[in-house]
Amino acid sequence: MQDITLHITDREGKTHEVLAPTDMNMNLMEVIRSYELAPEGTIGICGGMAMCASCQCYIESENELPEQSYDEEAMLAEAFHVKDNSRLGCQLFVSETLHELKITIAPEE
Amino acid sequence: MIKTDILIIGAGPTGLFTVFEAGLLKLKCHLIDALPQPGGQCSEIYPKKPIYDIPAFPEVLAGDLVDNLMKQIEPFQPGFTLGERAQTIEKLEDDTFIVTTNKGTKHHAPVVAIAGGLGSFEPRKPPIPNIANYEGHGVAYIIRDPEIYRNKKVVIAGGGDSALDWAIFLSDVASSVTLIHRRNEFRGALDSVDKVQELKDAGKIELITPAQIVDILGDVSVEGVSIKQGEEIFTKECDHFIPLFGLAPKLGPIADWGLEIEKNAIKVNNALDYQTNIPGIYAIGDVNTYPGKLKLILCGFHEATLMCQSAYKRIFPDKRYVMKYTTVGGVEGFDGTKKEAPKAVVKAIN
Repeated sequence: MQDITLHITDREGKTHEVLAPTDMNMNLMEVIRSYELAPEGTIGICGGMAMCASCQCYIESENELPEQSYDEEAMLAEAFHVKDNSRLGCQLFVSETLHELKITIAPEE
Repeated sequence: MIKTDILIIGAGPTGLFTVFEAGLLKLKCHLIDALPQPGGQCSEIYPKKPIYDIPAFPEVLAGDLVDNLMKQIEPFQPGFTLGERAQTIEKLEDDTFIVTTNKGTKHHAPVVAIAGGLGSFEPRKPPIPNIANYEGHGVAYIIRDPEIYRNKKVVIAGGGDSALDWAIFLSDVASSVTLIHRRNEFRGALDSVDKVQELKDAGKIELITPAQIVDILGDVSVEGVSIKQGEEIFTKECDHFIPLFGLAPKLGPIADWGLEIEKNAIKVNNALDYQTNIPGIYAIGDVNTYPGKLKLILCGFHEATLMCQSAYKRIFPDKRYVMKYTTVGGVEGFDGTKKEAPKAVVKAIN
């Protein structure tokens, strides 16, 4: 399996081009943490259960994404700083369809 | 004043297991937790979710893990101060500590173990620019006394159980209740959703969806809110605005205790005993950080075990002790119970 490239803009506005493995069952929240693009304790607080919105991201490319699950939709309904292109990073798993995905990490609540 | 040997801040899995390990060393524990029940995140956030990496439990629900821990520590009769947040700490001349909660309850102990997980759970505050100015002046994130809303105009924001439940309850108390939610769908219990629908049809609750509050109006206290629905922004007169968006963990007052903080966690010495930069204060479980730290329940259990050995030496510097296996020594509770392995029967064959 190949690594894919992601373009992640951090909360300070700096864009990072990073590689993410498609064979490790990783989600975008974990990719962000693994590259330390957001301080520990400010992202992935619930561990990836779609139960907080600390990994909220704005999707800024046209990649095809999986539908929102009920849990993700419900969490985004309660989250702050939500836009039409908001998704929870923990619910988007690294796969070839996410190659060249552009995202911006939403502000901390 | 509550007196104990080890004062544990945080009654999650790590805090609870500390009681067991301390109990084996005949040390008494008392736990403080901001939540009204023990279990921390396991009880509050995901009681029905399975955990697969607790050794020897191929699968256990988070809520069941907490129930089992409570059962395991029962012989050691821990004390609990629940629904109160540890607020301040004071070090006395004899190197013991007094920890006071936000409700003024005082606890005295020679050892403090912070097992606070991600922090204490506090209400999530919506990012409305001027909201802080109105806290206590018409804005409340928790309803403590519903009577203050009697015959008042109340606006509630949120789409979960607590927003629905309070809208239902206050519809009988307040002169008007308006419920505002960003979506048309609510994610509360079906009964509550149906009840709100019924009250809406009866004209007892006004529902404004999909919409959100963008501003609060009033000189000193709340006089109204600005509501954005689609592209339209309009004003709604009210006396109280209650945003109910659930709870989120915050390190909170512990961050001001003079402890070394790194990555939003308390730095500890992991080569030895998980002590912080203040001797006598330990940090264990998800609340601490050290090179190689993993926020796992099983790591919290390990840290709690080592920490208790160190706490024993701190409390009894002159006593010698070596760790004893429970299989050999059994478990002697403070309640007079004793569990031990059955003795082998030795019988000679004639």
